[in-house]
This record gives sequence, structure tokens and C-alpha cells, in this order.
Amino acid sequence: MKEGLARVLFGAAALISTLAVALICLFLFANGIPAMAQIGLPDFLFGTTWKPSADIYGIFPMIVGSIYVTAGAIIIGVPTGLLTAIFLSRFAGGRISSLLRSGVELLAGIPSVVYGFFGLMLVVPLIRELAPGRGLSLLAAAIILGIMVLPTIITVAKNALDAVPKAYYEGALALGATHERSVFRVVVPAAISGIMAAIVLGVGRAIGETMAVVMVAGNQAVIPTSIFEGVRTMTANIVLEMGYAADLHRGALIATGVVLFVFVLLICALFNAIKNRGERS
Amino acid sequence: MSSKVLRGLVYAGATITALILVGLVAFILVKGVPYLTPSLFAWEYTSENVSLMPALISTFLMAALALLLAVPTGIASAIYLVEYASETSRFVRLVRVTTETLQGIPSIIYGLFGLLFFTTLLGWGMSLLSGAFTLAVMVLPVIMRTTEEALLAVPRSYREGGFALGAGRVRTVFRCVLPSAAPGILGGALLALGRCVGEVAALLFTAGTVAQVPDFASQGVFALFDSCRTLAEHMYVLASEGLHVGEAYATAVVLLVVVMLLNVGTNAAVGRLNGRTKGDA
Repeated sequence: MKEGLARVLFGAAALISTLAVALICLFLFANGIPAMAQIGLPDFLFGTTWKPSADIYGIFPMIVGSIYVTAGAIIIGVPTGLLTAIFLSRFAGGRISSLLRSGVELLAGIPSVVYGFFGLMLVVPLIRELAPGRGLSLLAAAIILGIMVLPTIITVAKNALDAVPKAYYEGALALGATHERSVFRVVVPAAISGIMAAIVLGVGRAIGETMAVVMVAGNQAVIPTSIFEGVRTMTANIVLEMGYAADLHRGALIATGVVLFVFVLLICALFNAIKNRGERS
Repeated sequence: MSSKVLRGLVYAGATITALILVGLVAFILVKGVPYLTPSLFAWEYTSENVSLMPALISTFLMAALALLLAVPTGIASAIYLVEYASETSRFVRLVRVTTETLQGIPSIIYGLFGLLFFTTLLGWGMSLLSGAFTLAVMVLPVIMRTTEEALLAVPRSYREGGFALGAGRVRTVFRCVLPSAAPGILGGALLALGRCVGEVAALLFTAGTVAQVPDFASQGVFALFDSCRTLAEHMYVLASEGLHVGEAYATAVVLLVVVMLLNVGTNAAVGRLNGRTKGDA
């Protein structure tokens, strides 16, 4: 009797996370899709004007903005993160490695407002000095996000590199390759699916980041023509206007969330596909 | 590429990561520590003295409530997945997929969901309760995953020992398995606490930003329906208003210190888990 009850209770608890995902989907779609229908799906997705005061809701600039900012973060974060992962996995000695590893853990724990504030106070003024514009820009957002994705990329890529069998590396050495060549020509290619997974996770983190981006990106709802211009992401669009939006405007913001959610689900699916392929090979 | 160039690149990458970390922490500390004055910790928030004390207390309340909801649920789910269900069952696969999805959802989506569900549909308004429930859903997958890992690390012989002594499954789980998994579970809870402390996007529209501690003394339980702001939200508001930049720096210092303490705690807990299981083997 007691055993059966416990089983049911534990099972019910396990169901809660599934229920949460179902509820999140239900509420986002139920509130977002009617707004999309009212605006018209093509006008909503591909309209380049976002002007709530005139009831014009085109989120194309925000979709492009999210993609730009994420791409910038990947361009900045991936090389640095990957090289750091290779360093931690194959170059560093015990002490330095553990010191840097705790540093990376700390980076992962720092709240996004602190990153955003750091960007606002240091990166933005620097860009303002050195380049045209106000400093609040695509570049600033890309730099801050590039830093923020570092811990994700370093941790996942390092695990992938650590999992490469020792024999691969030793085989390369035995063929006369130097340590560096063995690592870059044999170990890194062997870990490629894990490294890809790290990058995809980084993309997921970057596209969903909100507060840090809002603080440094300038947030103009226009497609930027240079990296020194302001940009507004989908996440920023929601957080900036949700506080006072009503009726169709509110619906359009929730619909922006739906589009973001679909992006995240696609990234999730891509991650799983890469992971499964890696496990099979 | 020659080995020397490759080696140089790896060292450069690691150095950049280290410099970013040191630079960020040093920048915040140097700018913020001078503003850590006693008046910043005054009990009352006023527009002249933007004390962070109410936000600090609200953060504690909010995080405690969120963990109170998420930790038991997460532990029970993990117990079901590890100790009860068979790995191949449909239900387990469903729970795993949805938990992974939940983990990838950006916090702004949680914020939207919380606004639509807890704040609006359930009529809780912008309140401590809405915020805590939203955070609880957000950290649930973190707790599930870390608890699962901790349970899986407990040697089989512990369970067999429990059964051999005539204990049922429930008793075995609570008396033999959970105690030895406790450090890992604690580590997970601390990780979740860190996310609660740093969160803004999920709270802006669910908890609101009122700079007062919910008044439990005069309202009793109904204070749960009061709006309040956490430390991270407080910092975001200060930074975006731009009137109290020094105080924003000081708040960043407090947030950094909290995150560092949580990191140390997590490592100590997980280290103890690893040491213990190694010692037993």
C-alpha cells in the first residue's frame, strides 16, 4: 500500500515537467496565434515596420536582429572558447587548469544583468570613442554575448575533447606528429560532433538572452546596416514593451515569443540530432 | 600550420578567457566597492537613498519559495526516473525529452508564460507568489538533472544492501540511496539558487519591480500577493534609469559576491560527493 502510493507520487512529480512544457506551449500558442492571424502571418513575419502606435506589427527587423547578434556572438565566442577548451583539455597543467576551470564556472554563474551592466559601462563607451554612432550597437551586443556563451562552449567542448580515446593521440605521436599537430589533426576532428553540439548550445544561449542585450544593443526596431548601429532582438522586443502593451500589441509581443520559441525548439532538435549522431559513431 | 603557431593560438585563447574574467570582476569591484556604504543597506528604500536591502530580503524570500516548490518536485521526479521506471519505457523517454526542452527555453519565455498563467489566468497579479512559481518551473530541470546524476552515482550495492536487510523500496531510497546522494542534490539546489538570484527577464512581468519587502507582519499570508523586486531586478532598474550608477555598481558587487559564495558551496558539495563515492569504491 505504502509502496504503491510512493510510486504514484513520484510518478506524478515526474509528470510535472512534461506538464509544464505542455502548458507553456499551450499558453504561448493560444495567445500568440490569434494575434498572428489578425495581423496576417506574412505581414507579421516579413513586415519591416514595427509601429504599435499605428497598429503595424512587422517583426522582420527583430528576427534579423536576433540572427545578427547571435552570429556575432558565435564569431567572437567560438574561436576563443574552443581554443580555451583545447588548452584545458590538452595543454594545461594541473594547477593552472583547475584555476581556469573555476574561473569558467564563475563566468557561467555571473547574472546576465551584470554582463549587461559591464557592457554598458565599459564596452559601449569604448565603441563610442573608437567608432561612429552612440556605442549602443550590434557590435556591443555581439561582444557581450560572445563572452556570455564562453562557459557553455568551453565546458561542452572540453568534455568532448576529454572523451577522445587516448590511443588516437598516441597513434598520431607514434607516426611522428608533434603534440600540437596530434591535437589539432587527430583529437579535435575526433571530437567534432561534441564541438558542434557545444556551438549549437551556444547559439541557443545567445538567441534567448534578454537582459544583457537590452542594455547594450540600442534597441531600434530597424534592420542595421553596419555593426555600429543599434539593433533590436526578439527577446528585447518582448521585454521592452510588454510592461505597457494592450490588446493586439500585447498579442503581437506574445507572438514574437512564439517565433522565438520555435527558433529555440529547432535549435534543440538540431542539438539532439548532433548528439545522437555522435553517440552512434 | 606549424606547431609553434598552433601552440601560440591555444595559449592566446586561454589568456583571453582568463583576461575577460579577471577584467570583468576587477572592473566591477573597483567601481563598486567605494559605493558599499551603510546607507545602501538601510531598511527603507527611498528615491534619495536607493537602498538594496528590501531587494536583498525579497531575493531571499523569492528564491526560498521557488526552491521550496522545485526541490521536492525535482527530487521526486529524479527518484521516479532512476529508482522506479524502466529506462526504455515511453513515459521516461517523454519526461527526458520534455525536461531537456524545458532546460533550453529562454527565461523571457518563462516570463511570458508566468505572466499569462500565474499572473493573469490564476489572478495572482504581479506578486512574490507568481514570481516564485515562474522561477520554480525554470529551475525544475536543473534540479531534476543534478539529482538524477547524484542518484546514478550511488553504487548498486547500497540498494541491494537495503533490500537484503528486508527494507522496501521506499525505505531503501530514503535510508540508503538519498543520504549518499545528498551532497550532489545540495550542489544542484545551490546551482538553482544561483539562477534564481541572477534572474531578471522571468521576473519583470511576474513579480514586478516594487522596491518593498512583502509585508508579512501586517498582512499575513496575503503578503504573498505583494509585488517585490529581487536584487538582480533592482540592479537592472538602477542601471536603466541611469540616475544611481554608483549604487548599481555596488549592487553588482553584492551579486558577484553571492554568486562566488554559491560557486564555492557547489564545488564543496560536489567535491564531497566525488570524494565519498571514490572512497567507497
